[in-house]
Amino acid sequence: MSSTDMKPGVDPNTMSIIVTKGSLDWAYPPFILSTTAAAMGLDVTMFFTFYGLPLLMKDLSLQVTSLGNPAMKMPMMGMHMGMPNIVSAIPGVDAAASKMMKNLIKKKGVASIPELRDLAVEADVRMIACQMTLDLFEYSKDDMIEGIEIGGAATYIEVATQSHINLFI
Amino acid sequence: MADQVLDAKGLNCPLPILKAKKALKSMEGGKTLEILSTDPGSVADFAAFCRTTGNELVEQNEEGGVWTYLIRKSG
Repeated sequence: MSSTDMKPGVDPNTMSIIVTKGSLDWAYPPFILSTTAAAMGLDVTMFFTFYGLPLLMKDLSLQVTSLGNPAMKMPMMGMHMGMPNIVSAIPGVDAAASKMMKNLIKKKGVASIPELRDLAVEADVRMIACQMTLDLFEYSKDDMIEGIEIGGAATYIEVATQSHINLFI
Repeated sequence: MADQVLDAKGLNCPLPILKAKKALKSMEGGKTLEILSTDPGSVADFAAFCRTTGNELVEQNEEGGVWTYLIRKSG
Protein backbone atom coordinates (compact mmCIF):
# COMPACT_ATOMS: atom_id res chain seq x y z
CA MET A 1 0.00 0.00 0.00
CA SER A 2 1.47 3.36 -0.96
CA SER A 3 1.45 6.33 1.37
CA THR A 4 -1.17 8.04 -0.80
CA ASP A 5 -3.91 5.52 -0.07
CA MET A 6 -3.50 5.38 3.68
CA LYS A 7 -6.72 5.56 5.64
CA PRO A 8 -7.29 9.22 6.44
CA GLY A 9 -6.72 10.08 10.08
CA VAL A 10 -5.27 6.67 10.91
CA ASP A 11 -1.77 6.49 12.36
CA PRO A 12 0.27 4.31 9.95
CA ASN A 13 2.10 2.79 12.93
CA THR A 14 -0.85 0.82 14.22
CA MET A 15 -1.71 -2.83 13.85
CA SER A 16 -4.37 -5.23 15.06
CA ILE A 17 -4.40 -9.00 14.93
CA ILE A 18 -7.38 -11.30 15.40
CA VAL A 19 -6.02 -14.48 17.00
CA THR A 20 -8.24 -17.48 16.28
CA LYS A 21 -5.96 -20.50 16.66
CA GLY A 22 -4.35 -21.82 19.81
CA SER A 23 -2.18 -24.78 18.88
CA LEU A 24 1.56 -24.66 19.52
CA ASP A 25 2.42 -23.98 15.88
CA TRP A 26 -0.34 -21.45 15.20
CA ALA A 27 0.47 -19.51 18.37
CA TYR A 28 3.69 -18.32 16.75
CA PRO A 29 2.61 -16.01 13.92
CA PRO A 30 0.49 -13.64 16.07
CA PHE A 31 3.04 -13.39 18.90
CA ILE A 32 6.04 -13.04 16.58
CA LEU A 33 4.32 -10.29 14.58
CA SER A 34 2.93 -8.43 17.59
CA THR A 35 6.25 -8.36 19.47
CA THR A 36 8.21 -7.38 16.37
CA ALA A 37 5.73 -4.67 15.38
CA ALA A 38 5.89 -3.27 18.92
CA ALA A 39 9.71 -3.33 18.73
CA MET A 40 9.46 -1.35 15.49
CA GLY A 41 7.38 1.32 17.18
CA LEU A 42 3.84 0.25 16.28
CA ASP A 43 0.87 0.32 18.63
CA VAL A 44 -0.45 -3.24 18.57
CA THR A 45 -3.76 -4.73 19.67
CA MET A 46 -4.47 -8.47 19.75
CA PHE A 47 -8.03 -9.78 19.89
CA PHE A 48 -8.24 -13.38 21.14
CA THR A 49 -11.30 -15.30 20.05
CA PHE A 50 -12.42 -18.92 19.77
CA TYR A 51 -9.43 -21.30 19.90
CA GLY A 52 -7.07 -18.36 20.19
CA LEU A 53 -8.50 -17.45 23.59
CA PRO A 54 -6.63 -20.14 25.60
CA LEU A 55 -3.36 -18.42 24.58
CA LEU A 56 -4.19 -15.90 27.32
CA MET A 57 -4.44 -18.53 30.06
CA LYS A 58 -1.98 -18.34 32.95
CA ASP A 59 -1.02 -21.96 32.44
CA LEU A 60 -0.24 -22.77 28.86
CA SER A 61 -0.16 -26.39 27.77
CA LEU A 62 0.14 -26.02 24.03
CA GLN A 63 0.05 -28.95 21.69
CA VAL A 64 0.48 -29.50 18.00
CA THR A 65 -1.27 -32.14 15.91
CA SER A 66 -0.27 -33.68 12.60
CA LEU A 67 -3.86 -34.87 12.11
CA GLY A 68 -5.16 -33.44 8.84
CA ASN A 69 -1.92 -31.51 8.40
CA PRO A 70 0.02 -33.05 5.51
CA ALA A 71 2.39 -30.06 5.43
CA MET A 72 3.73 -30.88 8.89
CA LYS A 73 6.92 -32.75 8.20
CA MET A 74 9.55 -32.94 10.91
CA PRO A 75 13.28 -33.19 10.19
CA MET A 76 14.24 -36.70 11.20
CA MET A 77 17.18 -38.92 10.31
CA GLY A 78 18.29 -36.60 7.52
CA MET A 79 14.90 -36.40 5.89
CA HIS A 80 11.49 -34.85 6.45
CA MET A 81 8.82 -37.14 7.79
CA GLY A 82 5.09 -36.61 7.83
CA MET A 83 2.58 -38.78 9.60
CA PRO A 84 -0.40 -40.64 8.13
CA ASN A 85 -3.69 -39.54 9.72
CA ILE A 86 -4.34 -43.02 11.04
CA VAL A 87 -1.15 -42.80 13.11
CA SER A 88 -1.85 -39.21 14.20
CA ALA A 89 -5.18 -40.36 15.60
CA ILE A 90 -3.60 -42.79 18.05
CA PRO A 91 -3.75 -41.53 21.66
CA GLY A 92 -0.38 -40.17 22.79
CA VAL A 93 0.85 -39.30 19.31
CA ASP A 94 -0.08 -35.60 19.66
CA ALA A 95 1.76 -35.46 22.98
CA ALA A 96 4.85 -37.05 21.42
CA ALA A 97 4.72 -34.76 18.39
CA SER A 98 4.32 -31.74 20.70
CA LYS A 99 7.32 -32.80 22.75
CA MET A 100 9.34 -33.27 19.59
CA MET A 101 8.33 -29.82 18.34
CA LYS A 102 9.23 -28.18 21.67
CA ASN A 103 12.66 -29.84 21.61
CA LEU A 104 13.21 -28.60 18.08
CA ILE A 105 12.14 -25.08 19.05
CA LYS A 106 14.62 -25.07 21.93
CA LYS A 107 17.43 -26.52 19.85
CA LYS A 108 17.01 -23.93 17.10
CA GLY A 109 16.99 -20.93 19.42
CA VAL A 110 13.36 -20.14 18.68
CA ALA A 111 11.55 -18.37 21.52
CA SER A 112 8.92 -20.27 23.48
CA ILE A 113 5.34 -19.01 23.38
CA PRO A 114 5.35 -18.04 27.11
CA GLU A 115 8.55 -16.06 26.44
CA LEU A 116 7.05 -14.25 23.43
CA ARG A 117 3.85 -13.56 25.34
CA ASP A 118 5.83 -12.05 28.23
CA LEU A 119 7.68 -9.87 25.72
CA ALA A 120 4.36 -8.78 24.20
CA VAL A 121 3.02 -7.82 27.65
CA GLU A 122 6.27 -5.98 28.41
CA ALA A 123 5.98 -4.09 25.11
CA ASP A 124 2.48 -2.86 26.07
CA VAL A 125 0.71 -4.85 23.39
CA ARG A 126 -2.99 -4.40 24.12
CA MET A 127 -4.71 -7.77 24.56
CA ILE A 128 -8.46 -8.20 24.39
CA ALA A 129 -10.21 -11.45 25.29
CA CYS A 130 -13.49 -12.17 23.52
CA GLN A 131 -16.34 -12.14 26.05
CA MET A 132 -18.52 -14.45 23.98
CA THR A 133 -15.76 -17.07 23.78
CA LEU A 134 -15.22 -16.84 27.55
CA ASP A 135 -18.91 -17.59 28.05
CA LEU A 136 -19.13 -20.25 25.35
CA PHE A 137 -16.22 -22.34 26.59
CA GLU A 138 -16.78 -21.50 30.28
CA TYR A 139 -13.54 -19.72 30.98
CA SER A 140 -13.17 -17.06 33.64
CA LYS A 141 -11.08 -13.92 33.49
CA ASP A 142 -9.31 -15.29 36.60
CA ASP A 143 -7.86 -18.09 34.42
CA MET A 144 -6.21 -15.46 32.22
CA ILE A 145 -3.01 -13.45 32.66
CA GLU A 146 -3.12 -10.00 34.30
CA GLY A 147 -3.60 -6.83 32.33
CA ILE A 148 -5.92 -8.08 29.61
CA GLU A 149 -9.19 -6.44 28.63
CA ILE A 150 -12.51 -8.05 27.83
CA GLY A 151 -14.50 -7.05 24.77
CA GLY A 152 -16.65 -8.13 21.90
CA ALA A 153 -16.96 -7.67 18.16
CA ALA A 154 -17.75 -3.95 18.42
CA THR A 155 -14.67 -3.43 20.60
CA TYR A 156 -12.53 -5.08 17.94
CA ILE A 157 -14.15 -3.20 15.05
CA GLU A 158 -13.46 0.09 16.80
CA VAL A 159 -9.79 -0.96 17.12
CA ALA A 160 -9.75 -1.99 13.44
CA THR A 161 -11.07 1.38 12.27
CA GLN A 162 -8.17 2.99 14.12
CA SER A 163 -5.49 0.56 12.88
CA HIS A 164 -3.61 0.84 9.63
CA ILE A 165 -2.79 -2.89 9.47
CA ASN A 166 -5.44 -5.46 10.40
CA LEU A 167 -4.56 -9.16 10.34
CA PHE A 168 -6.60 -12.31 10.89
CA ILE A 169 -4.64 -15.36 11.97
CA MET B 1 34.15 0.55 19.45
CA ALA B 2 30.44 0.35 20.17
CA ASP B 3 28.98 1.81 23.35
CA GLN B 4 27.18 -1.46 24.04
CA VAL B 5 27.38 -5.01 22.71
CA LEU B 6 24.52 -7.50 22.39
CA ASP B 7 25.37 -11.14 21.82
CA ALA B 8 22.33 -12.67 20.09
CA LYS B 9 24.18 -15.66 18.68
CA GLY B 10 22.11 -18.85 18.56
CA LEU B 11 18.83 -16.95 18.75
CA ASN B 12 16.26 -17.17 16.00
CA CYS B 13 13.70 -14.73 14.59
CA PRO B 14 12.40 -12.49 16.11
CA LEU B 15 14.58 -12.62 19.24
CA PRO B 16 17.63 -10.73 17.88
CA ILE B 17 15.35 -7.81 16.91
CA LEU B 18 13.44 -7.88 20.20
CA LYS B 19 16.62 -7.96 22.25
CA ALA B 20 18.18 -5.20 20.15
CA LYS B 21 15.09 -3.04 20.68
CA LYS B 22 15.29 -3.65 24.43
CA ALA B 23 18.99 -2.69 24.50
CA LEU B 24 18.36 0.47 22.41
CA LYS B 25 15.53 1.49 24.72
CA SER B 26 17.92 1.90 27.64
CA MET B 27 20.47 3.86 25.57
CA GLU B 28 20.71 7.58 24.84
CA GLY B 29 20.30 8.94 21.29
CA GLY B 30 23.53 8.93 19.30
CA LYS B 31 24.99 5.95 21.19
CA THR B 32 25.92 2.83 19.25
CA LEU B 33 24.94 -0.80 19.73
CA GLU B 34 26.83 -3.74 18.26
CA ILE B 35 24.79 -6.90 17.71
CA LEU B 36 26.17 -10.36 16.98
CA SER B 37 23.79 -12.81 15.30
CA THR B 38 23.98 -16.23 13.69
CA ASP B 39 20.51 -15.88 12.13
CA PRO B 40 20.82 -15.49 8.32
CA GLY B 41 17.41 -13.79 8.31
CA SER B 42 18.80 -11.03 10.50
CA VAL B 43 20.40 -9.37 7.43
CA ALA B 44 17.08 -8.38 5.90
CA ASP B 45 15.45 -7.89 9.30
CA PHE B 46 17.94 -5.42 10.81
CA ALA B 47 17.83 -3.39 7.58
CA ALA B 48 14.02 -3.28 7.75
CA PHE B 49 14.09 -2.56 11.49
CA CYS B 50 16.41 0.41 10.99
CA ARG B 51 14.46 1.81 8.01
CA THR B 52 11.23 1.69 10.00
CA THR B 53 12.49 2.95 13.35
CA GLY B 54 14.89 5.63 12.08
CA ASN B 55 17.89 4.15 13.86
CA GLU B 56 20.99 4.16 11.67
CA LEU B 57 22.57 0.95 10.43
CA VAL B 58 26.15 2.21 10.42
CA GLU B 59 27.81 -0.97 9.21
CA GLN B 60 27.44 -4.73 8.94
CA ASN B 61 29.89 -7.58 8.46
CA GLU B 62 29.81 -11.33 8.25
CA GLU B 63 32.55 -13.66 9.30
CA GLY B 64 32.28 -17.41 9.73
CA GLY B 65 28.48 -17.39 9.92
CA VAL B 66 28.33 -14.59 12.49
CA TRP B 67 26.80 -11.30 11.39
CA THR B 68 27.80 -8.12 13.17
CA TYR B 69 25.64 -5.00 13.01
CA LEU B 70 26.46 -1.56 14.29
CA ILE B 71 23.38 0.54 14.96
CA ARG B 72 23.34 4.16 16.08
CA LYS B 73 20.28 5.10 18.07
CA SER B 74 18.26 7.94 16.54
CA GLY B 75 17.69 11.28 18.28
